[in-house]
Amino acid sequence: MGKIDFTIKIAGEAGQGLQTIGQLLSKSFARRGLNVFSNQVIQSRIRGGHNWFAIRVSSERVFSPSTSTDILVALDKESACHYKELKSGSVVIFDPSALPLEVKRGVGLQVPLAKITSENGGNRIMGNTVAVGAVLGLLEYDLDVLFGLIRESFGDKDRQIADANVKIAQAGYDFICQKALKGRFPSLKNTQGNPKMFVSGSEAVALGALAAGCQFISAYPMSPSTGIMTYLASKEDDFHMVVEQSEDEIASINIALGASFAGVRSMTASSGGGFALMVEGLSLAGMIETPIVIVLAQRPAPATGLPTRTAQEDLEFAIHAGHGEFPRVVLAPGTIEETFYAIARAFNIADKYRVPVIILTDQFMADSSSTVDGFDFKSVGIEKNLLSDEKLRNIKDYKSYLLTKSGVSPRALPGNPHCFVLADSDEHDEYGRITEDVDRVRPEMVKKRNRKNLRILKEVAPAKRYGPRDAKNILIGWGSTYGAMKEAVDLLNENKEKVAMFHFTDVWPLNKKHLSFLDRAGFVAVVENNFTGQFAQLIVAASGRKIENRINKFNGLPFEAQEIVSAYESIRKKKRK
Amino acid sequence: MSPLDLNALGKFETAWCPGCGNFGILDAVKDAFVRLDLDMHRAVLVSGIGQAAKLPQYLFCNYFNGLHGRALPAATGIKMANKDLTVIVTSGDGDIYGEGGNHFIHAIRRNIDITVIVHDNQVYGLTKGQASPTSDPGFVTKVQPHGVINEPLHPLALAIALDAGFVARTFSGDKEHLSQMIQEGIRHKGFSLIDVLQPCPTFNKKNNFSWYKQRIYKLPQDYNPGDRIKAFEKSLEWGDKIPAGVVYQNSRPSYEETCGLMKDKALIDQGVNPAALESVFKEFL
Repeated sequence: MGKIDFTIKIAGEAGQGLQTIGQLLSKSFARRGLNVFSNQVIQSRIRGGHNWFAIRVSSERVFSPSTSTDILVALDKESACHYKELKSGSVVIFDPSALPLEVKRGVGLQVPLAKITSENGGNRIMGNTVAVGAVLGLLEYDLDVLFGLIRESFGDKDRQIADANVKIAQAGYDFICQKALKGRFPSLKNTQGNPKMFVSGSEAVALGALAAGCQFISAYPMSPSTGIMTYLASKEDDFHMVVEQSEDEIASINIALGASFAGVRSMTASSGGGFALMVEGLSLAGMIETPIVIVLAQRPAPATGLPTRTAQEDLEFAIHAGHGEFPRVVLAPGTIEETFYAIARAFNIADKYRVPVIILTDQFMADSSSTVDGFDFKSVGIEKNLLSDEKLRNIKDYKSYLLTKSGVSPRALPGNPHCFVLADSDEHDEYGRITEDVDRVRPEMVKKRNRKNLRILKEVAPAKRYGPRDAKNILIGWGSTYGAMKEAVDLLNENKEKVAMFHFTDVWPLNKKHLSFLDRAGFVAVVENNFTGQFAQLIVAASGRKIENRINKFNGLPFEAQEIVSAYESIRKKKRK
Repeated sequence: MSPLDLNALGKFETAWCPGCGNFGILDAVKDAFVRLDLDMHRAVLVSGIGQAAKLPQYLFCNYFNGLHGRALPAATGIKMANKDLTVIVTSGDGDIYGEGGNHFIHAIRRNIDITVIVHDNQVYGLTKGQASPTSDPGFVTKVQPHGVINEPLHPLALAIALDAGFVARTFSGDKEHLSQMIQEGIRHKGFSLIDVLQPCPTFNKKNNFSWYKQRIYKLPQDYNPGDRIKAFEKSLEWGDKIPAGVVYQNSRPSYEETCGLMKDKALIDQGVNPAALESVFKEFL
């Protein structure tokens, strides 16, 4: 198999089953070892509107959507808005009886979805299956993979429905073969490879939490974070996991803190608006030094903003949220795999330092899916950092907030027979009893809490570097822009521009030493899905270096590699003038 | 293990005003714990913020003194994580009914097995004398100079409307009765509300000790707390006569009894099994 890289886009209204088609196609490719990256762009409504599900299939791994579309499955009139993404060889599949589309670029392929369905004894919804068959026909892909997926999803119970879908998929496939359009796309006829897992960002968060031994999530549904609690709820029994849908986000974080205080690993998840309500609780976590992991799946704001779109607007908010001064860690993973490991790490960091850890994802990360070779859950150690029963027995005078050199006090859980465990949101002494001793206790406690930062600074990882070693032109990014940036770096280097990138997952606190690459850098630009350049400002503050160049996108859509390339080139051109 | 005695609960200097109803409540809490022979290491006291919420500070016990209004969510999380712990909330009327009103509603809906002792003095103390959700109409404060306009929140009626498991009212001036209510509340499986009327000699000059003393009467022996409609009627009785006792009780299964996951064992004792992920990963192929 030579190099392949093509994109299938299924476009239509909410409720037309775009997700079902998208999942079936993506999993079909993943089963034969192809790399798949898919993302969804959706409107905030239950029916109607215009949504799309993009599937990028490639021989190399990719982590971002493509600018162009090779196969467009058009299910509504609005799909015409994707014509600008078509190339001369592209194909648009549509049902002429339902949708009199005039295709201006590429080839319009009229597939009578409804007619084929009814002729083969299917009902209206099964029209989507014809489309799936037709797409696979264009690629000469082995239909057995699809048949397997269909049979598994319906199971023995709905065998008849499965059979009908199989028949209809075959009919869609055959229809394309009659049209003799073969050869337009790379033939995937003999694709063979080990099956790959196909996982979404939300699922990666949930799986990472399970790998870390998390047993508790309390959350209030909010796009784009809801997928996490939904997935975890499906695993409640197998993993002894409580999923509590709380009355509001204030309750979410306080319930999770209660559970964590009692000893189970706990988390909560929301988007910006919900996180805003959690802020007092975040400060409480800092004061009572109770570990918690908070997933903040960002979406465009202020206020309700664009509920189903993407943004990286809450970085500064996550870092500064909460009244008073206390340490926290903020992680912003760049890929689906990294998300899994970042969550697992977050629980260990939270327990090790008794601090809150915030995971910053976004709608793009949460709702996109990628093939992965697997997750090594065995590499995820669970270090709860609790005093053993034996140690507790020998401690004569346990203090919940013992002053230590590291600032971290040995942790015990309530319910043990040896000592009382105290948590106090008021300023407290070492035992955890309220105090107003401003001469000694208060300053000692402030210093104790904040000196944890010294060790945390050693815990945070430097940026991942990608690109030629000797490149002086540097792109900096964080979180979900990783994929688009990496591809942009490749494209730029193909254009004889020597560019490397530094991608930060550990975005707070920033260790100044990790910014030393800036000393050797020439041209530097920071890529972010926001308007003000929040991470750029953090880097400027931490490094003391001036960084003028920003590549920002803030319309609610994720970056595509080509956009970064164009922005980079236009800044460079201006500079040369 | 030797039975719990009063000395083991400690004696602390408090930050309460002389004559505060909180002293009576603290005494009764201690008395109830001793009579129940509560294993203090297996109990957690949870509170929010306010003078009432300082009560756990004055006991040798595990405690979680959280945020204003957020005692119930914290207590809920503790109980869900370890159902074998006895979880008792002590906070004021502002904390539970005002700032934490939404949590009050939903904790009752869950019927989580916690005992909530509300120190209800119908006024805000620590913030120096503003109206509380239970202040009587016309009650004059510096912030309500023309008197309270709002209809007071009727905590017992609200709890009964939500079918709370155990709803009681008592008085900080009657240690025996108060202790008895606390004991019954702790024994009850499910959400228990104990609304304790208490004087605030500093900021509530209207509803003082004798005001309550004159009005409070004990529910008769033949009163049936199982009759929800009658209980609702009783819960609205306020003014010249105020009933005290268990106003309503049902045997609705508690959260822990209903949640299959913790029927046999506390969540914390169930262990985690990341190795089970191996088969879960197959679902993604």
